[in-house]
Amino acid sequence: MRRAILILVPYLWLLALFLVPFIIVGRISLSDTALARPPYLPQFSWDEGIWAFLSQLDFENFWFLTTDDLYWKAYLSSLQIAITATFFALLIGYPIAYGMARAPEEWRPTLMMLVILPFWTSFLIRVYSWIGILSQEGYLNQILLWAGIIDAPLIILNTNTAVYIGIVYTYLPFMILPIYSALDRLDGSLIEAAEDLGCSRLQAFWLITVPLSKNGIIAGCFLVFIPALGEFVIPSLLGGSETLMIGKILWEEFFNNRDWPVASAVAVVLLLILVVPIVLFQRNQQRQAEEDR
Amino acid sequence: MTLRPFLQQGRPDLPATVFAPWADPNQKPLIRFQNVTKRFGDFTAIDDLSLDIYEREFFALLGPSGCGKTTMMRMLAGFENPTSGRIELAGQDIVPVPPNKRAVNMMFQSYALFPHLTVWDNIAFGLRRDSMPKIDLQRRVEEMLKLTRLEKFARRKPHQISGGQRQRVALARSLAKAPKLLLLDEPLGALDKKLRQDTQFELMDIQEKTGTTFVIVTHDQEEAMTVASRVAVMDEGRLIQVATPADIYEAPNSVYVADFIGDVNILEGTVRATGPNRYHFTWADTGESVTAASERPFSDGQTAHLAIRPEKVQISAERPEGAENAIKGKVHDIAYLGNISTFHVRVAGERIIKAQSANTRRITNRAFTWEDDVWLSWTPTAGVVLSD
Ligand SMILES: Nc1ncnc2c1ncn2[C@@H]1O[C@H](COP(=O)(O)OP(=O)(O)OP(=O)(O)O)[C@@H](O)[C@H]1O
Ligand SMILES: [Mg+2]
Repeated sequence: MRRAILILVPYLWLLALFLVPFIIVGRISLSDTALARPPYLPQFSWDEGIWAFLSQLDFENFWFLTTDDLYWKAYLSSLQIAITATFFALLIGYPIAYGMARAPEEWRPTLMMLVILPFWTSFLIRVYSWIGILSQEGYLNQILLWAGIIDAPLIILNTNTAVYIGIVYTYLPFMILPIYSALDRLDGSLIEAAEDLGCSRLQAFWLITVPLSKNGIIAGCFLVFIPALGEFVIPSLLGGSETLMIGKILWEEFFNNRDWPVASAVAVVLLLILVVPIVLFQRNQQRQAEEDR
Repeated sequence: MTLRPFLQQGRPDLPATVFAPWADPNQKPLIRFQNVTKRFGDFTAIDDLSLDIYEREFFALLGPSGCGKTTMMRMLAGFENPTSGRIELAGQDIVPVPPNKRAVNMMFQSYALFPHLTVWDNIAFGLRRDSMPKIDLQRRVEEMLKLTRLEKFARRKPHQISGGQRQRVALARSLAKAPKLLLLDEPLGALDKKLRQDTQFELMDIQEKTGTTFVIVTHDQEEAMTVASRVAVMDEGRLIQVATPADIYEAPNSVYVADFIGDVNILEGTVRATGPNRYHFTWADTGESVTAASERPFSDGQTAHLAIRPEKVQISAERPEGAENAIKGKVHDIAYLGNISTFHVRVAGERIIKAQSANTRRITNRAFTWEDDVWLSWTPTAGVVLSD
């Protein structure tokens, strides 16, 4: 009995916080827009019964998504931005994690603290402050002009570059932490054993360190990729007109066009795209847990 | 304690000769430590140490925890550089040579097997670095698997095999490259006694088959005595004695070595010469005198220690006739160890002397029991006289 309740709790949690909202969004995505409150039809009523209600639902909105190339371009562009940003986060995050794992024992808590520190201020404020750094009169341009590296201010803000900077900056800790935890667990004598058997430092890194931190790399990549794909705040604050991301489209459909059914359809498709990496991520976590045992 | 007659291999045409290159001044050592000092900060881990190790030796480093055994191995493997001094391998100074360029392989205390590689790939790892042709590589790995009886486990990962099997993988991996010198840092530490003994003999077998020079670290003295051609007893970064297991046991050069290896009675007193290589040893506690033989010279009145192994002390009810050294005492305690019993005999007040006798009869017929008056006796050559 106690066991049953214990098992039930997480399922109820999932039901309340994931399944129910998903069913609501799914149901709206199958409806039609209407000038009403809420702005879609049909509404369920007890008089007409469940069948009359269900018969009015259709996949029209999903069909609509395929007719306008804006949507699939936005999906593709989001994928591309998320993948590129993940790649850069890995490129920057791995050396940082490596440095942390190699740092003297007594420094590590401090370094860890520095990585987590940005989470203590609001995400929104941190993204806003990048505007102050990247704009034409921003700190970055001022410093570069002052140092004589450039003659005219660089245009970074409101371009895709700014979006990459924003995403990499925001999600870097999610890349660093799992890689650090993998590297921290790595037994230093393995590297010595590799060198003893004839590896140079670099070979030992590629043959031992990288494969043994693979799980950390995979976890980090998913933790950056998944939120980056649906990211809305960073492209709308730092991006420009060229920046096409599905999160922004979603927002516009909901709030500018007040087209809840199409917006819901966009959200459902986004979720389906995300399900693949999320399932892969779960698999990786599970395999890692098994290997650790 | 089993002492292995160490015989030279591979010359069936010649009568087997005793293997003792260290006694031959014409032999060139494979490894030569010359006044090596290693400091960590202001802590001296190895203190001005000189040592020669010869080809085909099975050399054991023995000593208490923290005496610098691992540090010696790490300097040989190239993970640490000496603060001063010179280390030669086959006549060449190896201090500037990085670990991956040394013809030395190490079997780590923790095994350090690569967890993401199969047993097969672990063993092949070092060979791949030499870009060995595929056919040769396969043959070599199979050979190693066979030698360590791991054929059945070749496709498994390290976490899918037992501790003893892992240890054999580590051994196979370090042997695969046929190094000139194999370093074994407490290789059998994690094994139970039975498996440990089996593996010791396996190691000796492999060493004789391959002709590799082995340096083994252990703090199990029995292990060192079993496998080694020579044993070095270390303390605080210095060598106290380097000798064959038999010499270390029978002719220790200091109280430290006598006490470190095996069980021993140590009596304090003064010596007086009575003839060539013969001394009167006057025991400080009682003023009783015993006769002891010593090759080492002592001046009259010099304070010294007499070290006697318990198994060389006879115990009897009556004073044995013609015994040169005999002391009266009372049985204080008996430690029954199965094959032997150790009698703790109280002599001259509080002093305890241990005597061992083989249990050739069943326990119910034991000759002595607690509080029995007994005589302890030994021959003049049974003990070793040691200066302070
Ligand atoms: N990297 C290091 N920094 C500082 N001190 C060290 C370092 N490595 C070893 N030491 C010190 O040097 C001494 C010798 O260490 P070593 O590891 O050689 O001992 P050991 O004889 O192998 O001991 P054990 O039997 O416990 O393995 C120890 O006192 C140790 O604290
Ligand atoms: Mg050690």
